[in-house]
Amino acid sequence: MLAAAQKDEKKDQALKNLVGHPQTGRDCPFTLLNSPISHTQYPYVTGTSVLGIKYKDGVLLASDMGGSYGSTLRYKSVQRLKPIGKHTLLGAGGEISDFQEIVRYLDELILYDNMWDDGNSLGPKEVHNYLNRLMYNRRNKFNPLWNTLVLGGVKNGQKYLGTVNMIGVHYEENHVATGFGNHLARPIFRDEWHEDMTFEEGVKLLEKCMLVLLYRDRSAVNKLQIAKITEEGATISEPYAIKTHWELEAFKNPATGAVGSW
Amino acid sequence: MANTAIELPPKGGFSFDLCRRNEMLAKKGVQSPSFRKTGTTIVGLVFQDGVILGADTRATEGPIVCDKNCEKIHYMAPNIYCCGAGTAADTEAVTDMVSSQLELHRYATGRESRVVTALTLLKSHLYSYQGHVSAALVLGGVDCTGPHLHTIYPHGSTDTLPFATMGSGSLAAMAMFESRYREGMTREEGIKLVCQAICSGIFNDLGSGSNVDVCVITKGQKEYLRNYELPNPRTYVSSKGYSFAKGHTEVLSTKITPLKEHVKIIEGDAMEE
Repeated sequence: MLAAAQKDEKKDQALKNLVGHPQTGRDCPFTLLNSPISHTQYPYVTGTSVLGIKYKDGVLLASDMGGSYGSTLRYKSVQRLKPIGKHTLLGAGGEISDFQEIVRYLDELILYDNMWDDGNSLGPKEVHNYLNRLMYNRRNKFNPLWNTLVLGGVKNGQKYLGTVNMIGVHYEENHVATGFGNHLARPIFRDEWHEDMTFEEGVKLLEKCMLVLLYRDRSAVNKLQIAKITEEGATISEPYAIKTHWELEAFKNPATGAVGSW
Repeated sequence: MANTAIELPPKGGFSFDLCRRNEMLAKKGVQSPSFRKTGTTIVGLVFQDGVILGADTRATEGPIVCDKNCEKIHYMAPNIYCCGAGTAADTEAVTDMVSSQLELHRYATGRESRVVTALTLLKSHLYSYQGHVSAALVLGGVDCTGPHLHTIYPHGSTDTLPFATMGSGSLAAMAMFESRYREGMTREEGIKLVCQAICSGIFNDLGSGSNVDVCVITKGQKEYLRNYELPNPRTYVSSKGYSFAKGHTEVLSTKITPLKEHVKIIEGDAMEE
């Protein structure tokens, strides 16, 4: 009788310790509660959205250069787009230190590939697969790399654009976005992207989406880079700013009609 | 003889007496009834002659669509309309209540209602309920001082804006507005942009769907265009429809029951006696 009551109590305790329970507020699952090892489960310095689209000659990626430390915009010159080997471009949102670690892993991968010296080189599909295995494996060990990655590239005339996130969800698409870009940029992509855009059209579309993100994402900065990858290779532009428009008449004296409101 | 305390009537607002009971019931496994939310896309914009409001028509109860074609643009006054997102009961009750108050006010003053009046009534009501009345509104209208567009949040704060979106599809709709809005658009351009924004919400947000409702308010005139656009038509298998000719269904048995009179009709004055 007493033993049964005690067992019930233990069960209640265990249930209370469920992940995300509003009162106990634990951020780790109950299976790891009494474990000697625990890993950090939250990011510190984060980058915001990355956008990617396929166009006529290859793939275009865009991201801003901000690294936020919680709600402070701490770093304003973080390059979140990196070329990988000859055929790929990688863009990342999320924890910056994990992105630097991923780039280190990939540099090692490309180095070993070059050392074979067999005339073959790893293309975007292969790099995407490697990243997918890497992210999923870390997630299974409850120690994820806190990033959402966008991978674009061209090899042998074949354009490739895909994404992997920190839990291992991955897919290929004609246009991808991470973070806030999912909510703000994807509707615009779905409406305005079409097959075989020219370089100018592609840049214009990306800039349009980056402008909306600049207006509506609190962790965005007005300093962005656009990276292009084609059969010839990868180029990452110099950082530049886009023009914002604040001259709407309605913004000049917004509350004239409703004194006391915003 | 004397009572220990006089029972004062409750002064209004919520009474939280039953919360302990609800918590106990929840622990025992009783599921509280879910409420119907209008996971929504609602938008409003100011164009050269007035205000255009738009809304989708899907009402959800958790993961299920409970109403495919509900009305989210509510009447407030002949020159003021209000779109509502959040809990359907809250948006309907609050807009109905303020609409009645505005009508009484019109009779008292003898003048056309102003948008700021509706705004103040709504925001003070929502503030006094501290966010528990889950109604997020886009209020728009044209009065003697010009066209106005406001957003009202469940806690009672308001914004005055040239273009506004609310609801779960607000980001998708705002992406359309931020990239395409210009000042001083014509009526056709305004309606087209509102439709694009609502369609963006319908196709990119799971909580919004079905059709587009539009309401155009100008000085002295309003047009409520219900189901202005139907981007999700039902596609039937047979384009000719279905016909059920006599003889297609087998009749197993027939029973005819004539209706019997239970009440006797007496001629003459009913009120006699």
